[in-house]
Amino acid sequence: MKTQTKAVDINRSIGDFFYPEAHVRDAGAGLSERTIEYISDVKEDPDWVREFRRRGLKTFLEKPLPTHWASKDLEAIDFDKIRYYLAPGTEAKRSWEEVPDDIKRTFERLGIPEQERKFLAGVEAQFDSEAVYSNIKKAVGEQGVIFVGSTEGLKNYPEIFRKWFGKVIPIADNKFSALNSAVFSGGSFIYVPPGVKVKHPLQAYFRINAENFGQFERTLIIADEGAEVTYMEGCTAPKFNTPTLHSAVVELIALKGAKIQYITVQNWASNVFNLVTKRGLAQENAEVKWIDCNIGSRLTMKYPSVIMKGRKARGEVLSIALANDGQHQDTGAKMIHAADETTSNIVSKSISIGKGRATYRGLVHVPKHLKHCKNNTECDALLINATSRTDTYPAITVRGTGNAVQHEASVSQVSAEQIFYMQQRGLSEAQAMSLSVNGFVNDLVRQFPMEYSVELKRLIELEMEGSVG
Amino acid sequence: MSLVTHEELKQPSPLLSGPAELRELPEWFHDQQRAAWKQFESLPKPTRKDQAWRFSNVVLLDLAPFKFGGTLSEEERTAILERSRGLDEVAGRMIFAGDELIERDVISDQLKKRGVIFQSLERAMVEHTELFRKHFMSQPTILGSAKFAALHQALVSSGTFLYVPRGVEIEQPIEIFHWLNGENASVFPHLLLVTDELAKVTVIEHFRSVNEHAPGFACGVNDLVAGPGAKVTYVCAQNWAENVVALQMNSTVVDHDASAMSLNLHVGSRYSRFESLSRLIGEGGRSDLLAVAVAKHQQEFDARTLQDHISPHTASDLLYKNALDDRARTIFGGLIRVEPHAHFTDAYQKVRNLLLSDDAEANSMPGLEILADNVRCTHGATSGQIDEDELFYLRTRGIPVSVAQRLIVTGFLDEVIQRLNHPAIADHLNRLIEEKFAT
Repeated sequence: MKTQTKAVDINRSIGDFFYPEAHVRDAGAGLSERTIEYISDVKEDPDWVREFRRRGLKTFLEKPLPTHWASKDLEAIDFDKIRYYLAPGTEAKRSWEEVPDDIKRTFERLGIPEQERKFLAGVEAQFDSEAVYSNIKKAVGEQGVIFVGSTEGLKNYPEIFRKWFGKVIPIADNKFSALNSAVFSGGSFIYVPPGVKVKHPLQAYFRINAENFGQFERTLIIADEGAEVTYMEGCTAPKFNTPTLHSAVVELIALKGAKIQYITVQNWASNVFNLVTKRGLAQENAEVKWIDCNIGSRLTMKYPSVIMKGRKARGEVLSIALANDGQHQDTGAKMIHAADETTSNIVSKSISIGKGRATYRGLVHVPKHLKHCKNNTECDALLINATSRTDTYPAITVRGTGNAVQHEASVSQVSAEQIFYMQQRGLSEAQAMSLSVNGFVNDLVRQFPMEYSVELKRLIELEMEGSVG
Repeated sequence: MSLVTHEELKQPSPLLSGPAELRELPEWFHDQQRAAWKQFESLPKPTRKDQAWRFSNVVLLDLAPFKFGGTLSEEERTAILERSRGLDEVAGRMIFAGDELIERDVISDQLKKRGVIFQSLERAMVEHTELFRKHFMSQPTILGSAKFAALHQALVSSGTFLYVPRGVEIEQPIEIFHWLNGENASVFPHLLLVTDELAKVTVIEHFRSVNEHAPGFACGVNDLVAGPGAKVTYVCAQNWAENVVALQMNSTVVDHDASAMSLNLHVGSRYSRFESLSRLIGEGGRSDLLAVAVAKHQQEFDARTLQDHISPHTASDLLYKNALDDRARTIFGGLIRVEPHAHFTDAYQKVRNLLLSDDAEANSMPGLEILADNVRCTHGATSGQIDEDELFYLRTRGIPVSVAQRLIVTGFLDEVIQRLNHPAIADHLNRLIEEKFAT
C-alpha cells in the first residue's frame, strides 16, 4: 500500500493566491449599528433597506448560536474580528477591459471571462463585498431577462425586488440569515419574464481576497410563469492564517410552471466557515432543483430547501460532499410539502477522506390532509480511511394517509476486491481508488452540466491524491 | 415470600416531595438515592430544543399530580393476583403492584441448585451486594432521560434481580408483572438481569394498570447484561391505561459472541417513551432490537435507540414498526454509532410507519455516526398507508373492509413478532394487539 499517486494535471492551488488590498470602502472590524449605517450610507440604501438591516442586526444579536445540535466549531468564529464590508468604491463594470488590473488578474487566473466567451449567457463576478463585473449577453437581455447585482436590483427594479426579497427566507430564520440581512452586499438579482427559457446558464463567481473578511452576498432569483433558468455559482478564496466567514442567503421563486436549477461548486479554502441559507419556493407545477457540491471550506453548514407550495410542484436536491482532513461538510436538504401531489427527491453522496467528516442532515415534512405527496431520499456515504467519519441525521414527519415517504442510507468503503481487480489490470492503487470514487458519484455527476461534471471529477481526483497508502 | 406486613395502610405521598425511606434498604443504597434525588432536581427539564426530545410532547411530563408509596388492601391484592395472567408456562414469576412484590413463584429446585438467583432487588442488595453494585444502573443514560433515570434511582424501592450462571439455560420464560394501582399512582419498575458465560434466558415484562382510566406515572430502568456467548431475550408488553405517562430506560451490554434480542410492544399509555441503549463491547456480539406499536386516540409513542458498536466484528439489527390511527403520534429517533476502531461492523436499522388516519403523525429520525471504516451500515425509514390493491383483493374474497384492514395491519406487525421465534409469546402479543383493535 505504498503507491504514490501520479500527479494530476491540474493546478492544486488555483484559488490559493491573493493580491494586496486596495479597498476604498472599509467598514472596519466588528459589528455594531455603526457598521450597518456605514454600509447603508456607502451603498445609498433606500430607507426600507436601512430598516431591514437594522432588524437583521437586532435579530442576529438576540439569537444564540445553534450549538445544541450543530458543530461546536461555530464557537471559533470571532464576530468582532471580522470585517463586514470591503469594496473598491466603484460601480460594477460592463466590459471586462474596464475592471481594475489586479482584480482582473484574479479572475483571469480563475478563468472567468474565458468561460463567458465559451458559452455563458451572463456572468457576474464578486470580489469581496461588491460585484466588480457583470455582463449579460445581448440576446438574453433583449428577452427581458434581468441579471444584475443585488444592489442594482433593489434600486432599479424595486417593484419586483421588494415583492419577493426576504419572503422565502425571513430575517429571523436563523442566526446567520439575520447576520446576512444586516450586512448583505453583492450577490445576484435575476428576473426571467413569463415563458422565457434562458438557454445557457447564468453564472456568478464569488471571490474572497481579504483576510478576516466576511462575505455576505444575497441572491434573489425569480422565474415568472413558465420561465426556465439555470444559475451556476463558484467560490474560491486564498488560505489566510485567520478564519474567514462566508454567509450567503439565496432565495429562489419559481412561479407557476417555472423551472429553476441552481448549481453550486463550493471550493473555499480550508479555513472558511461557509454558513449559507438557501431556499426555493415552487408554485403550481413549478420545479426547483439544487445541485450542490461542497469540496472546500473548514465547516460548511448548508441545507438547500424547497417549499412546494402549489399543486404538483417538484423539489430536488442533488448533493455531493467531500470532506478531507480538517473539514466538516455538514450538508443536507429540506423538503417542505405544502400542497397536494407534490414530489421531492433528495440524493446525497458524501466521501470522507483522512480525518474528514461528512454529515447529512435532512428534513422532510408532509403536513396534514395532503394527498399523493411523495418523497424519496437516498444518502450514500463512502469512507476512505480508518480515521474518516460520516454521520446521517434525517428527520421525517408524515401526517395522514395518501402520502409515500421513503428514506434510505448506506455507508460503505471502496471494496478491496475492486481495487485488487483494477490493480491486476495494471492501474496503480491510487488510480484504482480514484476510479472507484468517481464511480461512486458518477450517476449523480452525470446529471450536471458537462463543464461542471468535468471540473468536479478533477477536483475529486485532486482531493484523493495521496489519500491511500 | 418476603412481604412486609403493615398494621394499617400507608397513604401515598406526593412524588415531588422526594425520597421517603419507606422500605428498609441498606444505608449505602439510601445514600445513592439521596444523591440521585439531588441530581434529579438539578438537571433541567427536557425541552423540544434538545435533539433528544425533538418532536416530543414534553408538556405531558408534568409530575406534580403524581404520588407514590401507598400500600394495598387485602382485597386489592387478591384481585390483582387474579388478573395477573400472561403466559401459560413459565420458569418463574414475580408480580408487583405499586412497587410492592405481592407474589413470587419460585423457580424449580433444579435451577436453584445450578445457581440461578431469582429474587427481589432489595434482597439482592443485601445478599449479592457485589454483583448488584457492579451492574445496577452502571450504564450512562445518554438518550435524553438522565433526569428521569436519576428520579428512578432516587425512588426505586423494589424490582427483580435475576442471575443466570455459566452454562445454565432456562428453557421457559421468566415473567414479571408491574401493576399501577390507584388514581395518580406511580411506579418505578426495575429489572437487573445478569447472565454469565453461555447462559440463556428469556424474560417477559407486563406493564398494566388496575383501573383502565386512572392517570398514573411509570418510570422504569432495566439493566440487561449478556455475558460472553450468552443468549438473552427480553420482551416488554406495555399495556398501561390510556392516561398513564410512562418512561422506560433500558440498557443492554453485549459481550463477545453473545446475542441479545429485545422486543417492545406498545399498546397502552397516553405518552410512552422508551429508550434502548445497546452496547456491543466484544467481538462476535449481536443485538436485535425490535418494536411494535399500535397507536390510537391521542397516544404518543416516543422511541429513542442507540446501537453502539464499541468492538470490531459486531452486528446489530433494528426493526421498529408503528401502526397509527386517529390522532396518534409516533417518534422514532435512532442512531447507529460505530466507534473508532470498531471495524467490520454490520449494522442495520429500519423503521416503518403505517398511517391509518389523516390526523396521525409519524416522525422518523434514523441516524448514523460512523467513525471507523470497513463497515456495512444501512438504515431506512418509510411512511405510507394500506395498499389499495391489497384491500381490494381481500374485498373481492368477501372480507369486509374493517376486517381486511385489520388483517393487513396485523400482518404488517406480525413480521416483527415472528422474529422472536417464540410461539407462546407471539400468541400473547398478538392477542394484545387484537384487543387494542377492538377498543
